[in-house]
Amino acid sequence: MKGSFIARNPSILVFLLCLAAFTLVITLMSHAMGTGLVSTSFVKTLGKTLCLCLVAIAMDLVWGYCGILSLGHFAFFGLGGYMIGMWLMYARTELIVAESLSNAAIPPTDQEVVDAIGTQIFGVVGSSDFPAIWAFAHSLPLQLALVVLVPGLLALVFGWLAFRSRVTGVYLSILTQAMTLALSLYLFQNESGLRGNNGLSGLQNLPGVSASQDWVSLWFLWGSALALGLGYVVCAMVVSGKFGSVIRGIRDDEARVRFLGYSVEGYKLFIFTFTAIIAAIAGALYYPQAGIINPGEVAPIASIYLAVWVAIGGRGRLYGAVIGAALVSLVSTWFTGGMVPSVPLGFYAIDWVDWWLVLLGLSFVLVTLFAPKGIGGLFDLVTARVVPDRHGADYGPDKGSLREEEGRK
Amino acid sequence: MLNRLLPAVAMVLCLFVPASRAHAQEPIQPILQEQSELILESSRRTIQPAIDAIAASGLPEAREVLATWAARDMWQRIEDGLFFRAERNEDRSYTLHDFDTGESFGPYDKDALEQVKPNSGIRALIGSALVRYQLSDPDPAIRAEALDNLDRNGEASHMEPLAASIDAETDPELKARKERLLTLLTIRFAKDKALRIAAIESLAGDLDVAVRATLNPLVATTLGAGTALPEGRNIARELRPGTDALPRVEAYELLVAEGLAPKLVTSDALRGMLAEHIVDGAVAGVPLESLSDPAARREAFAGLVEAGLVEAASTEADIDASLAAHVFYETYAEPDAEVTEAAEEALSSIDLKVGVNQFFDLGLDALSLGSIYFLAAIGLAITFGVMGVINMAHGEFIMMGAYTGYVLQQVIPDYTVSILLAIPVAFAVTFAAGVAMERLVIRWLYSRPLETLLATFGVSIALQQLAKNIFGTQARPLTSPDWLNGSWVVNDIVGISYIRIAIFVLALIFLGLFLFMMKKTRLGLETRAVTQNPKMAASMGINPDRVNMLTFGLGSGIAGIAGVAIGLYAQVTSEIGQQYIVQSFMTVVVGGVGNIWGTLLGATMIGFLQKGIEWFNPSNTLAAQTYMIVFIIIFIQFRPRGIIALKGRAAGD
Repeated sequence: MKGSFIARNPSILVFLLCLAAFTLVITLMSHAMGTGLVSTSFVKTLGKTLCLCLVAIAMDLVWGYCGILSLGHFAFFGLGGYMIGMWLMYARTELIVAESLSNAAIPPTDQEVVDAIGTQIFGVVGSSDFPAIWAFAHSLPLQLALVVLVPGLLALVFGWLAFRSRVTGVYLSILTQAMTLALSLYLFQNESGLRGNNGLSGLQNLPGVSASQDWVSLWFLWGSALALGLGYVVCAMVVSGKFGSVIRGIRDDEARVRFLGYSVEGYKLFIFTFTAIIAAIAGALYYPQAGIINPGEVAPIASIYLAVWVAIGGRGRLYGAVIGAALVSLVSTWFTGGMVPSVPLGFYAIDWVDWWLVLLGLSFVLVTLFAPKGIGGLFDLVTARVVPDRHGADYGPDKGSLREEEGRK
Repeated sequence: MLNRLLPAVAMVLCLFVPASRAHAQEPIQPILQEQSELILESSRRTIQPAIDAIAASGLPEAREVLATWAARDMWQRIEDGLFFRAERNEDRSYTLHDFDTGESFGPYDKDALEQVKPNSGIRALIGSALVRYQLSDPDPAIRAEALDNLDRNGEASHMEPLAASIDAETDPELKARKERLLTLLTIRFAKDKALRIAAIESLAGDLDVAVRATLNPLVATTLGAGTALPEGRNIARELRPGTDALPRVEAYELLVAEGLAPKLVTSDALRGMLAEHIVDGAVAGVPLESLSDPAARREAFAGLVEAGLVEAASTEADIDASLAAHVFYETYAEPDAEVTEAAEEALSSIDLKVGVNQFFDLGLDALSLGSIYFLAAIGLAITFGVMGVINMAHGEFIMMGAYTGYVLQQVIPDYTVSILLAIPVAFAVTFAAGVAMERLVIRWLYSRPLETLLATFGVSIALQQLAKNIFGTQARPLTSPDWLNGSWVVNDIVGISYIRIAIFVLALIFLGLFLFMMKKTRLGLETRAVTQNPKMAASMGINPDRVNMLTFGLGSGIAGIAGVAIGLYAQVTSEIGQQYIVQSFMTVVVGGVGNIWGTLLGATMIGFLQKGIEWFNPSNTLAAQTYMIVFIIIFIQFRPRGIIALKGRAAGD
C-alpha cells in the first residue's frame, strides 16, 4: 500500500483522460458548436452509452468484485428513470396546462390546475386522479431524492431478506430475476399509477428550457460523462484498500471470510444497495435522453444483457465493464439500425437486423468459453510484459477474475 | 330455428288436414275476416289481439293458419278479401288453398292477390302463440324446439298449455324440462302467492343459470328517498347516507333528482356563472385576479346571489340538514314481501352452493395450471435440480418442441397422428439439441455455474432469434385433434377442457417416468452417483461424461415434450419459452432442488397460489403474477432450500 491512490491505480487517470478527451471531441463535433459532424441523435446515443457504462460499472462492482450475480440491476436503473420521469412529465404538463388555462375568463384554482394535469397525464389509462406515488412529482428536489431513495430502499430490503437467509450463487440470481419480473409485471398494470404499458413519455423535453435539442443533448452528454467519471473514481476507491480486499474475499470464499470475523452480510448488503443507487442515477440520466420509459425496459432480459456486457468487457476490472457496455451497445445499435450491409450467400442474404442477435448470442458463448477474462484480458497481454509473470495457481473456483494481479498489489 | 321449422310444420299439417275436414264444425275464415284489418296492418304493437283471437278460437285449423302466416305463405284474395294459403306455381302464378275446406283455387296472377307480410317481431309473437300446439306435437324435436322458445320468451299464457302437456309427455328428459319450465313460469307469472313461494322454495340450491335469471328480477331493488317510508311498498331496507352503500354525495344527488332539495353548484358550474357576470374586471366586487382562490369564488357567488343575478344554491351545511330530514330506502319491484323473502332465501342458498362449486372449479384450474408449470419445470428439475446446471435455454427447448409439433402438423394433415407422432419426434429433436449443447458448451463450464448461466443465455437468444427468422413473429397455431376439443362439464359452474386434463395426465405420466428412471434404471443410478461425487463414480467404472450428456439430453427432451403440450394450450411464438423460464426456475427452487416431489409440490403450490390470488381480483392476472412472485421471494426467506430440502451429505454445499 504505497504511493497515492492514483499512483496505485493508474487506470483511473487513463480512464478519466480518455473520457474527457472523448467528451471534448464529441462536443466540438456537435451541431450545437456549429460543426455538425456528429448528428444530435448520435450525441444522444453516445450520452446514453455513457449511462450504460455507469450501470455496467455498478454491475461489475456487485458481480465482478463481490461475486453476486444480480439479475436485477436494470430494475434499479429503470426505477431511477421512472422517478425522474415523473417530475419531467408533471412539470412539463403543468406548463402546458398553465398556458391553456391562462386564456380562461376566470383564473384557475390550484385544484383545477392539478385536475387538468391529471387528466392530461392519465387520460391514456382512463383515469384523471393522481395516484399517491405522484405526491412529490411537483418538486424536482424531492423527486431527485426519490431517484436515490426508492431503488436504494428496494435494494436494501430485498438484499437484507436475501442475504440474511444466506441465499447465494445461482439461487440469488434466480431470486433477483424474479424480483425484476415482479417489478415489470407490476409496472405493466394500469393500476400501478405509472401509466401501465404506455410508460412515461416526452421526457426529452426539459420543462422551462427553451434551448434546442442540439444543446440539451450536449448537456446530457456532459452530465453523463461527469457521472461516469465520478462513479468510476468512487467505485475504484471502494474496491481498493481493505474494504475492497474483503469484498474480493467474499467473492472467492465467503465462508472463509465469515470465519475470519467479517460481517459478510453487511458487506454484501452495502455493495448491493450502493450499486443499486449508482444504477438508479445512471437510469435517471439515461431516460431523459431516451425520451420514453416503459415497463419493457425493466424486463428480466435487460438485466441479463447487463451481465453479458460486463462478461464480454471483463469482470473484476472497472474499465472492462465500461469497454463491454460501450462496445456491445454501440455495435448493437450499429447492427440493428440496418447500417450494416447484408451478406449475400447466393441462396440466402443474411440481413443483420435479423441475424444480429444470433451472432451476439453465439459470441457470448464463445467469450464465456474461450475468453473468460473478456476484452479487458487483452490489457493483461500488455501489462504482462512489464510485470514478471509469476505463474501462480488459481485461488478459487471462479476463473474469470483477476485474482493473481490483485493479490500482488 | 323456429322460423326455419315453421314451414316444415305447415307442410306436415297440409298432409293430414283434409282428413280432419269431416269434423270441422266451424270455419276459421270468419275470425280471420273479423281481424282482417289488424292482420293487414301488420304492426307489432297492434297485432296481439288478432293472434289471440285465432289462438283462442280453439279450432284445429288455428295452428295451420298461424304457421302459414308466420311462414309468409298467407295471402289475401283482393276481390273478396278472403285469406288463403298460397302456393307458388312454376309460371309465377299462385294456387290458393282454403284453410277450412282445403279446397284449391286458381291459378291466380300475383296482381289479384295481396301477401300478408309479418315482420320478425310479429313472427315472434305468432311463434309464442304456436308454442301451445307444439308442446303436444308428436315429434319430440318440435317439442324440444317449443321448450327452447319458452326458455327465451315464456309468458303467462303458456303456463296452462304447458301444464296440460306434462302428463302426456313420454320423453322423460323433456318431461323434466317441462316441469322445470313450469316452475320458472309459475314464479314469474302465477297469481297464487302460495304457489309461487312453493315454486321458489323448490329451487333452493339449484345451480342453473336460468333459475338465477328468474329469481334475480324478483329481488331487484330501486333506491328512493322521501320524508318518511312509503306505505304499502315492499321495502328491502332503509339506508343511511354517508355509508358505503349510500355515499353522501350520491344521497344528495338522489334528493336533487327527486326534487326534494336544491341543486348543488359544481365547481365547473360555479366558474361558468362567475364568468358570465364579469363586470369591469371583477365579479360582484371581487377582483378577477383573486378568483383563483376558492374562498374568493364563494364570496363572489354570494355577492351575485345577493344582487339577484343567480339562483341560490345549497352549501355544505344545507346538505347535512336535508340529508337528515329525509329517509332513504330500497324497494323491491315485486310488491309481495313473502315472495321476495322466499326469493332472497333461495338465492342465498344458491349463492352458497355457487361459491362452493366455484371453489372446486378454481381448484381444477389451479391443478391444471400447476401441471403446466410442472411439465415446464420437470426437465429443469433434471438439468438444474439433479445436475446443478443453470440452463437459460430451457425455455427455448420448450419452444423447439412446440415448433416441432407445428411443423409435423404441416406435413401430416391428420391431427391425431401428428400429435401422437409429435411427442417422440419433439423428444428426439430436443434430446439431440440438449446433447449437442452439453458437449459443446456446458461440459467446459461445470466448475463455473454462473458462467453456464451466461453461455446458455447466449444460446437462448440465438435460438430465439433463429426461430423468429424461420417461423416469423406471428403466433403459429398447434391444432388439437377433435377428441381433445370440448370440455368435461360437471355442472354450470364446474368444468375443465379435455386439453387441460390431457396435460394433467401427461404431467402424471412424466412424474412416474422420472421416478422410474431415477430409482429403477442403470442410468438413474449412475446419474445419482455422478451428481453426488463424480470422481468416486468414475473410479467405480462409470463414465461421468457420458452420464452427464445423457442426463442433460433427457432433461432437454422432456422440455420438448412439454413444448408440444404447452403449444396445444397456448399460442406458439418464438417467445413461448421466455414466458415459462422464470416460473420454471422458481418452481424448482421453491420445491427444493434435487427432489422431484419438491418440484411437484412447488408447481402445485404456484398453480394454486396464482389462481387463488386471481380469485380475489379476477380482472387482473398481471397483479396475480406480481403478488405470486413477491410471495415466492418471501417464501424463500423462510425456506431457502425449498419445500423439500435435501438433508445430510446429499445436500452438498
